[in-house]
Amino acid sequence: MAAEQTATGYIQHHLQNLAYGKLPAGYTRTDGTVLSESTWTIAHSSQEAADMGFWAVHLDTLGWSIGLGLIFCFLFARAAKKATPGVPSGFQSFVEVIVDFIDKTVKDTFPHRNSMVAPMALTIFVWVFLMNLMDLIPVDWLPLAFAHGTSALTGADPHHVYFKVVPTTDLNATLGMALAVFALMIFFSVKEKGLMGFVKELTLHPFHSGKWYVDIFLIPFNFLLEAVSLIAKPVSLGLRLFGNLYAGEMIFILIAIVFGVGVLGFIGASFLQMGWAIFHILVITLQAFVFMVLTTVYMAMAHDREEEHAHDQ
Amino acid sequence: MNINLTLIGQSITFFAFVWFCWKYVWPALLGVMQEREQKIATGLQEAERAEKDLELAQRKAAEQLKEAKAQAAEIIDGANKRANQIVDEAKEAARSEGDRLKAAAQAEIEQEVNRAKEQLRTRVADLSVAGAEKILSINIDAKAHDDMIEKLAAEL
Repeated sequence: MAAEQTATGYIQHHLQNLAYGKLPAGYTRTDGTVLSESTWTIAHSSQEAADMGFWAVHLDTLGWSIGLGLIFCFLFARAAKKATPGVPSGFQSFVEVIVDFIDKTVKDTFPHRNSMVAPMALTIFVWVFLMNLMDLIPVDWLPLAFAHGTSALTGADPHHVYFKVVPTTDLNATLGMALAVFALMIFFSVKEKGLMGFVKELTLHPFHSGKWYVDIFLIPFNFLLEAVSLIAKPVSLGLRLFGNLYAGEMIFILIAIVFGVGVLGFIGASFLQMGWAIFHILVITLQAFVFMVLTTVYMAMAHDREEEHAHDQ
Repeated sequence: MNINLTLIGQSITFFAFVWFCWKYVWPALLGVMQEREQKIATGLQEAERAEKDLELAQRKAAEQLKEAKAQAAEIIDGANKRANQIVDEAKEAARSEGDRLKAAAQAEIEQEVNRAKEQLRTRVADLSVAGAEKILSINIDAKAHDDMIEKLAAEL
């Protein structure tokens, strides 16, 4: 594909998701046809995907993330079903190593009683790792196979079939998970401290004098600071994972372009590809771990009552 | 790079997988692991206890052996003493029985001798009375001279 397109087009093609959404009536599509009425369809260009607005779905992101999540669930549920307290077999001991590692990490950072946090950490770690792992598959393999497969089946132009394999390079996926974590943070904050406790935490902290007539004037400043720090948590959580993986994906795409630049380019790109892939093994594991640990830490903060007690005194 | 419905879809997916893991994966795996941990802990504890028990049993056995040996020696000692005693007693009994028999025999002999003497004495008295009768040819009142005759017999 690289040979038929400019490098910019190649990169842009790789960065576009397979979007399914609604195009309004009277919309002029990429191939020049004008829609007589609003239609649910697959975007044939980045412009179309952008024009679909919020009510569109990235089929590739959701497909891969759900598929990989199902693989995780299936493998681990099977291991859990077969697990014996006797001598563990190959896969069971592998799963147990992961579970043990997660359990220790969670116990270190989360001192409260909540049976949901540890399984959530396990889900995040394995799921995000699997999604990141898709980054190590050469960038063109799956998109090319998908594009040519679809064009063979439906007759669509393979150049207008987009396919992004790594869900975590889609901001929707990472922010979606971060939002879920954010919702849980608020839920547990309110559940553990009560609505008033949570509001107090947002308004009477960090500036606090102990005299109500002073505190009243401090509330706006406190609320501003606390709200920013609260909202910054899910945003940074989602953006960190997205940024790392997006950058990694970008480097892989750039290296893929170098493959087409003569024999020297091919040899050089081979080494670059290998080096970056090896380095990326570290990055994908680390990012999955960081996402997991930060989620656990945020959950611990949501459960923490220390500050509230400090205010009461 | 558009923010769209995928965001919500991903959140829902996230909750679904977390819920599944929470309900069906984590408790089963952790339960099995804890069970094994417990098993190993008890196993180790039991092994330690068994080792201690073994040591104790060995010490006890040695002690009992020693005791048994001492007891055996004591029993043998006692038996020896008793045997000696029995022998002594038997000797003593034999001796006393012999003495008794000897004494009885002597008494019988003495009795016999006395009886013989008595008979002899009566015979002598009779004879002397008969002799005297014959010599004197007079009738001596035996009863009147009994004392004298007896004196005579006692002198014999």
